[in-house]
Amino acid sequence: MAESMNIKLKVWRQAGPKAQGRFETYTVPDANPHMSFLELLDVLNEQLIKSGKDPIEFDHDCREGICGSCGVVVDGVAHGPQRRTACCQLHMRHYKDGDTIVVEPWRAEAFPIIKDLVVDRSAFDRIIAAGGFVSVNAGSAQDANCLPIAKTAADLAMDFAACIGCGACVAACPNASASLFTAAKISHLAMLPQGAPERKSRVTAMVNQMAEEGFGDCSNHAECEAVCPKGISISTIATMRREYFKAMLG
Amino acid sequence: MKSVLDSKIPSGPLKEKWDNYKNGIKLVNPANKRKHTVLVVGTGLAGGSAAATLAELGYKVKSFCIQDSPRRAHSIAAQGGINAAKNYPNDGDTVWRLFYDTVKGGDYRSREANVHRLAQISNNIIDQCVAQGVPFAREYGGLLDNRSFGGAQVSRTFYARGQTGQQLLLGAYQSMSRQIGLGNIEMFARQEMLDLVLVDGKARGIITRNLVTGEIERHSGDAVLLCTGGYGNVYYLSTNAKNSNVTAAWRCHKRGAAFANPCFTQIHPTCIPVSGDYQSKLTLMSESLRNDGRVWVPKKQGDTRKPRDIPEAERDYYLERRYPSFGNLVPRDVASRNAKNACDEGKGVGETKLAVYLDFAEAITRLGKDAIAARYGNLFEMYERITGENPYETPMRMYPAVHYTMGGLWVDYELQSNVEGLFVLGEANFSDHGANRLGASALMQGLADGYFVIPYTLGSYLASNELQKVDGSHAAFSAAESDAKARVEKLLSIQGTKTVTEYHRELGRIMWDYVGMSRTEEGLKKAIAEITALREDFWKNVLVPGEKTTMNKNLEFAGRLADFLELGELMARDALERQESCGGHFREEYQSEDGEAMRNDDLFTYVAAWAYSENGHTLIKEPLEYESIKLTTRSYK
Repeated sequence: MAESMNIKLKVWRQAGPKAQGRFETYTVPDANPHMSFLELLDVLNEQLIKSGKDPIEFDHDCREGICGSCGVVVDGVAHGPQRRTACCQLHMRHYKDGDTIVVEPWRAEAFPIIKDLVVDRSAFDRIIAAGGFVSVNAGSAQDANCLPIAKTAADLAMDFAACIGCGACVAACPNASASLFTAAKISHLAMLPQGAPERKSRVTAMVNQMAEEGFGDCSNHAECEAVCPKGISISTIATMRREYFKAMLG
Repeated sequence: MKSVLDSKIPSGPLKEKWDNYKNGIKLVNPANKRKHTVLVVGTGLAGGSAAATLAELGYKVKSFCIQDSPRRAHSIAAQGGINAAKNYPNDGDTVWRLFYDTVKGGDYRSREANVHRLAQISNNIIDQCVAQGVPFAREYGGLLDNRSFGGAQVSRTFYARGQTGQQLLLGAYQSMSRQIGLGNIEMFARQEMLDLVLVDGKARGIITRNLVTGEIERHSGDAVLLCTGGYGNVYYLSTNAKNSNVTAAWRCHKRGAAFANPCFTQIHPTCIPVSGDYQSKLTLMSESLRNDGRVWVPKKQGDTRKPRDIPEAERDYYLERRYPSFGNLVPRDVASRNAKNACDEGKGVGETKLAVYLDFAEAITRLGKDAIAARYGNLFEMYERITGENPYETPMRMYPAVHYTMGGLWVDYELQSNVEGLFVLGEANFSDHGANRLGASALMQGLADGYFVIPYTLGSYLASNELQKVDGSHAAFSAAESDAKARVEKLLSIQGTKTVTEYHRELGRIMWDYVGMSRTEEGLKKAIAEITALREDFWKNVLVPGEKTTMNKNLEFAGRLADFLELGELMARDALERQESCGGHFREEYQSEDGEAMRNDDLFTYVAAWAYSENGHTLIKEPLEYESIKLTTRSYK
């Protein structure tokens, strides 16, 4: 079996949305290289509960990098050091015995902290509700193959549609902008003929909603692309701007 | 509780039943739809599609999910694809063949009429999803691509890379979001259903807990749709998301809804093996990998050579050897059992010896690395991230893991449980997959139920029943609310010494050992005794930290585990009662000489629906009548 590692964790603790937060330091003496990062937090939480302390709250669900529930800043990087990997799929084999790891929640005005590492990302849902859809009622669709779509366009649409809505892009952005998230959906639907009828109203409504939620503007730092677990390209933001500009011109 | 369950199968020949049903139902006039409030619990493929579609029709919908957003329901993790009988590849598929394959795949323990309807509707689902902008894989000519899945000899699976569930769920979520924006759906995220409220015997509301503030809330409506998924997490380790649970369904069961075929669980053959005792969940690798991956173990027991050092002649490609016509694409139950047998014979590989190889070397030689990367690139990356091994160079190690539960709340043809006004959709019901589900059929069923079945059957219910106005001030809500509060307080008051996770792991071990891939009378009896003891201990000695008025995930998980501790016993009892082997339910006492499952159609061609009362469970049998298909021994040889 793999050797165990002694890992020190500095974790942001905050009892509630309005409470004062602080870092607490903990040690996990029996971490294992095969563990995932969230399993390390599980082990720590078991330790805390057994010693009569409150466990650390963090969002998690599928632990396969697809649901987008989890997301913490690990040593200053959203989702941690491994590229294109959500923190549920970060494994401890990337660390060594004696390492210290600093863990914080996403920090953005539009993502208020609920408790410890858990934040409220409902602003994302409201951006989608503003226009991130095709208005087609169930039952009214024509045969699926009536609408040929070039493979290259379909593949690109899939690249953009792969967004898991985790919010790492916001956490990494110096302006706490939600541009990559919003642009990914706009670009996905702009690639496809199904998205065409609502193209203009969609981009206007979504961009306006993004501003209303208190997210900042994009100033091309590209930090979002660097941390995105799905590798969504910053080119989507250029597409969003182009779409927005066209919509402004009517 | 009625002692007979009426499946309400419409009259007429199989192919005409759904049309006959639709022709005969009462409709709700458009102006009246907005007077009805429908509560939809769960926002996966079934719940998301149902909420969106009902809101589009004009109903007032209240939608609930335990995650922070409806986009995160566990349907999102489905990888491989969705079946439909489009026959675009021109390879011989028909609605009948999809129906037949699904009934056969389910080992003849599902209802013909439900499955036939599912196959009929399958094509509409693809049309609907494409119209929503779901980016399915396409051919160079611009038309949709298909691939093969287990248990079928045609290519009928539509897919969006290895993220089909995600893309279909986002399609449903986006349709829901549109209705949320229009004010037709009121969304309640981070809310957990803790009880069902009955008024005059009909489902009229739910009690929920706000997972952020701990507040207990009352919600009333004219019908309740339960779309809360499966109960695989009763095994602790499964491919289900950590929040997936049985609580909403189990609370409905305790209010009178029958639980059908609880022992029918699917163990998926290709999952990444367990690596240690800290393991929190298991990761599935899509069945689509078996299109090109070849399953093998060394012929010699205890062979410790590296896989690439084992010559061809010393490998046993046991699926190809035993099942030449389906080869590596046998259904999941068959593939899982064979993997277990290989490991039980001492031929398992890897550190724990509980794994078999899934090897792509031959496909890479035949098609090139790029072609394999295009098909499975993201799955290969995921495998490497988790295991640290590169599957382009060394075969994947795979072992079966709990993945899906075919059992669930009993429903009739209208997807209504035996509690009036309570409808159950998707994995939460028992209806379409019999004793084993074929790959790419879960997505099909969830969306069929939500987009194309419930709009008709719910309308019929609402149009045929005069429902008095009921709101949260009704005495039934007060009673259910006090029950829910008392439970939360009880869990926090015990302050024992063992954590929720420790109990859950213990339950999982019992379930996996005795109610897992292979079951015996002796083992099942042992399971019942051990679960009973564990449950008693849990209520005396569990340690739940924290408060009830803030976010407290341990408290949430404790409540869910309490229900799993009751469900687990019922699963064992159901497995004990079913003295035959069928689909995912393999009783060692009932097998052929070469180890294949032996059904007993004379005695067990029925749905086992369990009714709850304070005195315990009673079994109600719904006989399965096959009018169109002849029951045969399932063979993939």
